[in-house]
Amino acid sequence: MAETLQSYAGRFESLAKDNGLDYYPVQFEEVPSSFMMEVAVYGLPVRMPHWSFGVRYIYQLIQHRMGHSRLFEVVFPGNPGRAYLAGSNSLQENVLVTAHVLGHADFAKNNSLFKRSQEQVGYRIVELAAAHARQIGAAVELHGQTRVEQVLDAALALEAHIDTVQELRRERYPHYGENKRGSLRDDPFHNRFEGLPGSRTPIDAPLERVRAPIPPGPERDLLWLIAEYAPDMEEWERDIFLAVREESFYFYPVFACQIMNEGWASYWHARLLREADFLPQNDYLDAIKTHSDVVRPHAAEQQVSLIVNPYHLGFSLWEAIVEEHGIERAFQIRAEDDDFGFIRNYLSQELAEELELFRYETATDGSVRVQEHDIHALRETVLAPKYNFGVPAVLARHIGTDGSLDLVHEHATDGRGLDLDKAERVLDYIHKVWRRPIRLETVDSDGNTKILDRA
Amino acid sequence: MENGSSGFIERPGSERQWYDLFSRGARDWLRHNDKVRAAVREQLPELIAQTDVFPRADSTVQVPVRFLEHARFRLADSGQGEGVGQGDGKPGDMLVGPKERGESKGVGGNDEGGYQFVLELKVDDIVDWLWEELKLPNLKVKSGALRNDDYAREGWSRRGVRSRLDRRRSIKEAIKRRAVQRDAPAFTDDDLRYRQLVHRQRPSTEAVVFFAMDVSSSMTERDRRLAKTFFFWVVQGLRRQYTHIEPVFVAHTVEAWEFAEAEFFQVTGSGGTVASSAFRKVLDVVDERYDPSRFNIYAFYASDGANFRHDRDSAQEALTKLGNIVNYIGYVETASSAQQASSTETSVLFEKLQSDTGLAGRYGLSTPESVWDAIRAFFSQQAEMEV
Repeated sequence: MAETLQSYAGRFESLAKDNGLDYYPVQFEEVPSSFMMEVAVYGLPVRMPHWSFGVRYIYQLIQHRMGHSRLFEVVFPGNPGRAYLAGSNSLQENVLVTAHVLGHADFAKNNSLFKRSQEQVGYRIVELAAAHARQIGAAVELHGQTRVEQVLDAALALEAHIDTVQELRRERYPHYGENKRGSLRDDPFHNRFEGLPGSRTPIDAPLERVRAPIPPGPERDLLWLIAEYAPDMEEWERDIFLAVREESFYFYPVFACQIMNEGWASYWHARLLREADFLPQNDYLDAIKTHSDVVRPHAAEQQVSLIVNPYHLGFSLWEAIVEEHGIERAFQIRAEDDDFGFIRNYLSQELAEELELFRYETATDGSVRVQEHDIHALRETVLAPKYNFGVPAVLARHIGTDGSLDLVHEHATDGRGLDLDKAERVLDYIHKVWRRPIRLETVDSDGNTKILDRA
Repeated sequence: MENGSSGFIERPGSERQWYDLFSRGARDWLRHNDKVRAAVREQLPELIAQTDVFPRADSTVQVPVRFLEHARFRLADSGQGEGVGQGDGKPGDMLVGPKERGESKGVGGNDEGGYQFVLELKVDDIVDWLWEELKLPNLKVKSGALRNDDYAREGWSRRGVRSRLDRRRSIKEAIKRRAVQRDAPAFTDDDLRYRQLVHRQRPSTEAVVFFAMDVSSSMTERDRRLAKTFFFWVVQGLRRQYTHIEPVFVAHTVEAWEFAEAEFFQVTGSGGTVASSAFRKVLDVVDERYDPSRFNIYAFYASDGANFRHDRDSAQEALTKLGNIVNYIGYVETASSAQQASSTETSVLFEKLQSDTGLAGRYGLSTPESVWDAIRAFFSQQAEMEV
């Protein structure tokens, strides 16, 4: 089987290149399903140990046993890219998966978010994550499980609280604020007095330097801020925070382009299959059947589904784009956009109607009602879970001279306050590494300011 | 194939075990379970209610637990939600009725709080944790008056019976002698060494614990439960000290009877309270079955404190007699308030004994929490007495 598949893969590759796909070489590898399951849980083949992954693992195992989840493949971008194919795939499924992987590989090389993250994190995320796992393993040896776990509890809880607009390797904040004299120079009122006889400011007067507050403005990147400015943390603890942050920089584009990326890969496996005249009829039919299973709307079995299959949505969007704007434009979109631009610009009213999308609301009594078909509402509702890496906007406002940390939740942006129970627990995690007073401002369910703090 | 072309990595069969190294999911799951155990430790007192007072060493307690959750910042649950669905739906269509969803929620696998699992804890483990938690001292076997006669091997002698000849030792002696003598004979009688036995006394590791309880009508269900909890922990503590413990249960009203454990806590009597009957019953059982020179004797008496006034003298007499043969005698009073405890008929008896022998103690059990104070007081006192 492997030989057949290899020969197919080779032909798919030349077909893909003829069609304009552009990707780094991909290393395919067939792996046991246990391995696939761990990749699904950890997000990476080898990743740092933490008990919370153990919980996810059990959930995955239960889902798997119940036959709810089936993973065909996982692709890691990089040079070379890595594609793990589930050992349980049939040849026909693997034919499809191979073509699918090439679509992902093209996306990972050309999409600007992916490009940026790979330039910063490197082209070998699998090895990098393994190195982090080793680093943390060594820390466990040295400092004990409890202490390392304490740091990981905090770092992983803040996993998504990064600022991808900033560089991965960021400079520390400037020590001093703008010096006052410079700003006075431009002030015409001040200059009038400077012009008067005898009123000249002595040129050699020492510069009045003002220490800049930390942070100078609200800081989104909590992982970085803590790693860099925690008053009382060991160096190895800071390293763990930075390791988690580095992996988050890798995960961000995967998260932010999920619909586009899966849609793109599905579009290409379908197209490559259509053009693969070298496939025997039977293999072709079986592969096409797998395709329709993958990109099938969840609503196909039932009348109505409350979840939209991202494969199906992305696939339909790309088909519409290529039909309407041509393949060149599609290549450009896959290079420049993320899901926000993709959905807002290309999910049209007609397409939404064709896909029978609707917006629904769940009431407090648990009843679910269809609300509307308005395209703007649909787009924003699809995108709502994707804002800010999917987490509430908790920002660091100030670090006091006593090392106290002042956090603020931008409840106005998020529309409501934090889940106070969970926030308390996260605060406990952070407090164990920050080791100085912490204060978090949010609002309660009545909209009143609520302050959580730790001494 | 670093940066060259794409390709398949084929691992030969022997190398496929390589994937078995990836059992990180299971490893982190075990770690999670450790943390659950640690969390369960914090609610130990509630767990104990399920067990017998005298669990076998290998008996277990089953605790249903939820998965631990790694907390993240989340928005408060407003009870409402929205989403995009797919299918034939017109505005206003009710897709899920109010009730339907409530039912399905419990079964749903998506809800991360949904699964429960059962953790089995060994009673012995629980006891170990509790000792750590409460910082209770570990008692040492008393080396005082209690002795068991025994023969032990100790040293060598030049004379002895044939069967105790230590050949290795004898050869060594011969070698030593030959090393300093010229033309020495291979063996002489002087080389022979015999193992010697000495008569030894060892502290007894057997103990008998008497649990006497007032089962007159004034003892409520709550009082019995408090007493039972206290008894349970006393036994657990003593089990750490003695290899063998025999419990004896004595219940009394105006008369006293010995019971099996299972019945003991169910017994209800009617009528008044004559404490001396229980003390005398204990003394009788000791006389019959437990020689004070062989057994460490502990006695605990639980009562609400009421005792007939006319019984005062005979109770005091029996108690004094008992106080002279036991390692320790404890009195737990299940009265609802502390002031009341200090003035009850029975507590007066024990206070007198305490001041006479120093081997008695009185503990008030008014609330379930006070059991811990009593346990701590009992074991701290025991530890002090050892010093």
